[in-house]
Amino acid sequence: MTDFPDSTAGHRAGPSVPDTAADGPPPAAPPADPADLTRTGAAVGEPAPAGSKAPTAFLEVRDLKVHFPTDDGIVKSVDGLSFSLEKGRTLGIVGESGSGKSVTSLAIMGLHRASRQQRSKVDMSGEIWLDGKELVGADPDEVRRLRGREMAMIFQDPLSALHPYYTVGSQIVEAYRVHHAVDKKTARKRAVEMLDRVGIPQPDKRVDDHPHQFSGGMRQRAMIAMALVNNPELLIADEPTTALDVTVQAQILDLIRDLQKEFGSAVVIITHDLGVVAELADQLLVMYGGRCIERGPAEKVFSEPQHPYTWGLLGSMPRIDREQTDRLIPVKGSPPSLINVPSGCAFNPRCPYADVPEDDLTRTVRPELRQVDHGGTPADEGVAGGGGHFAACHMAPEERARIWTEEIAPKL
Amino acid sequence: MTETEETGVVAGTTDESAAPLLRVRGLVRHFPITKGLLKRQVGAVQAVDGIDFEVRPGETLGVVGESGCGKSTMGRLITRLDEPTGGTIEFEGRDITHLPPGKLRPMRRDVQMIFQDPYGSLNPRHTIGGIVGTPFRLQGVEPEGGLKKEVQRLLELVGLSPEHYNRYPHEFSGGQRQRIGIARALALKPKLVVADEPVSALDVSIQAQVVNLMDDLQDELGLTYVIIAHDLSVIRHVSDRIAVMYLGKIVELADRKSLYEAPMHPYTKALLSAVPVPDPKRRTQRDRILLKGDVPSPIDPPSGCRFRTRCWKATEVCATTEPPLVALRTGHEVACHHPENAPDGARDDEPAKTA
Repeated sequence: MTDFPDSTAGHRAGPSVPDTAADGPPPAAPPADPADLTRTGAAVGEPAPAGSKAPTAFLEVRDLKVHFPTDDGIVKSVDGLSFSLEKGRTLGIVGESGSGKSVTSLAIMGLHRASRQQRSKVDMSGEIWLDGKELVGADPDEVRRLRGREMAMIFQDPLSALHPYYTVGSQIVEAYRVHHAVDKKTARKRAVEMLDRVGIPQPDKRVDDHPHQFSGGMRQRAMIAMALVNNPELLIADEPTTALDVTVQAQILDLIRDLQKEFGSAVVIITHDLGVVAELADQLLVMYGGRCIERGPAEKVFSEPQHPYTWGLLGSMPRIDREQTDRLIPVKGSPPSLINVPSGCAFNPRCPYADVPEDDLTRTVRPELRQVDHGGTPADEGVAGGGGHFAACHMAPEERARIWTEEIAPKL
Repeated sequence: MTETEETGVVAGTTDESAAPLLRVRGLVRHFPITKGLLKRQVGAVQAVDGIDFEVRPGETLGVVGESGCGKSTMGRLITRLDEPTGGTIEFEGRDITHLPPGKLRPMRRDVQMIFQDPYGSLNPRHTIGGIVGTPFRLQGVEPEGGLKKEVQRLLELVGLSPEHYNRYPHEFSGGQRQRIGIARALALKPKLVVADEPVSALDVSIQAQVVNLMDDLQDELGLTYVIIAHDLSVIRHVSDRIAVMYLGKIVELADRKSLYEAPMHPYTKALLSAVPVPDPKRRTQRDRILLKGDVPSPIDPPSGCRFRTRCWKATEVCATTEPPLVALRTGHEVACHHPENAPDGARDDEPAKTA
């Protein structure tokens, strides 16, 4: 497993390879004819990244927008998201349900546009650069060849992500053989090796078990084995431990950390649990209403959070590591509808400080991501994934610092 | 808020001498596994296998454990939604273990339940008014000022608008639905409320709203809670006393402070160390106990101490003798041969050949 095969020679002429569940829906579109694409309006017409400069980062997302037209209006699930990630680093994406976390991950994997039916239901724009290749405008077939090999995903619910009819082993073998021209025996050896690596006891026996014979934690491990069988360079974990008990959660988080060290892949971990993120992430991105509202090194975001929503999240969690507090500080109200995102700052109806900036600024002007520590320079479109700490709030940084240290931090 | 906290503690101490609201002795629930035409019983899922505890008036008892440890079954047994296989349940001094449904009905007024899934527990065809008003109709209670007025008062009590009376469940978000479930549970002014994972299906910010609401209602109405959850941080926040369950048994039962500060059972210690802490700086400093493997099957639980297969302190005695749940300190009961944080090392004299 070294280089990605030359993409011109990519149309596999080799042994007929079964298409797999692990690899998304069947090749619905033979190299789609242009007329078809214009009808869907999604894949073409968006900035063909000929002009824009290829990024230096391993994964770079620029101004990603994923909109779903529905009968009730356009659901703006992701509305202008930018970030970047280097190999060997971990990015945590946090947010409530409906904040666009999972849609982002599926967009990177190209799963919104994997079949023709799906393509007509989604409007995607922006750029996703993975290792020098642009994915939003790319041919779905090409993305399919990357999926599972250069990028892989761990899903939240292993019971529905694994096929109940096939043995765990055969599903891993399938995922491996799609991308490698090897015989079944070698692939099976590889599957056993992976099951062993993720800590499943007696892997040579369990490889022939069906998913229902595994416990929840073991299924999650099996899915991680399947995701890692091709040594992907980007691993996306979408709520990998939400369905698990704490003791098993600790095991899985440990495993992901170890595997990352071993393979040096980039990891995106998506969760609503700030505790899980704190365990793993180097970088943190807080999403609200389809946009990033705060981004920065994990330690900074936890020690000096800048956005009132981040304060709200921290105040909502009972902390086991702190003195008992009498009362949690919840965020009032409920998450916004993505069809009707509030004008101005999307958080303004729930924000206790919405009236601090003058002239009703919070309700009329959408705040841009600005760097916190350097005089509020605007976030350079997605490039600044490295060290900077950014927040999208109209309040002056000094004001926010004051509120955090005087009003919020003592109560946590 | 500190004041109420203090009064709560004071009330808790005085109530210790008072009669418990709920007393459970040797509660057992085995689900039979049958085979063949004659439904011959070949085994049993020992979901709850002999637990003892008391719930005192005005306190909150938290029950934690991994999935499959029997905590939800326990909740269904004490509300008598399920029939125990053995043991006794006493509510206000009255044995309700095997009461027939007709005789149970008056008791249902005093014991109510809040369910985990706010989507599954509300009938989509009924209006909110109908759902919250049903307890009154079933019990034949005519509230003061009429049913509608009372239901609207309840809706306001849980932070919903009285105008929601004629709406249907699908028009509400998860957090609001959970509030409706709470309003329904509180309709008949129950004495004991059993909440099975009341916040685990909700978003973090909404979780805090519901936890605070339950807190306020307890102060206001003098409720007694049994809260079942798997989230140790939530349990710590809401509970006065906490029972830790493992494979159908209570392994540790103590007040909040001593349980979290000085856990005695190795399992409790492992659970606490596994909780992710939202502070990246502490990532490297913590010594985490990683338990190996999964919870064994409740169909064929290990002999002796049920935790011994995953315990790092297990010795021979653990495999042969089941440790009883005894108070090693006042108000701190633990079932372990080799407890942590316990001054008496007498038990460690047992033949300590590692299993």
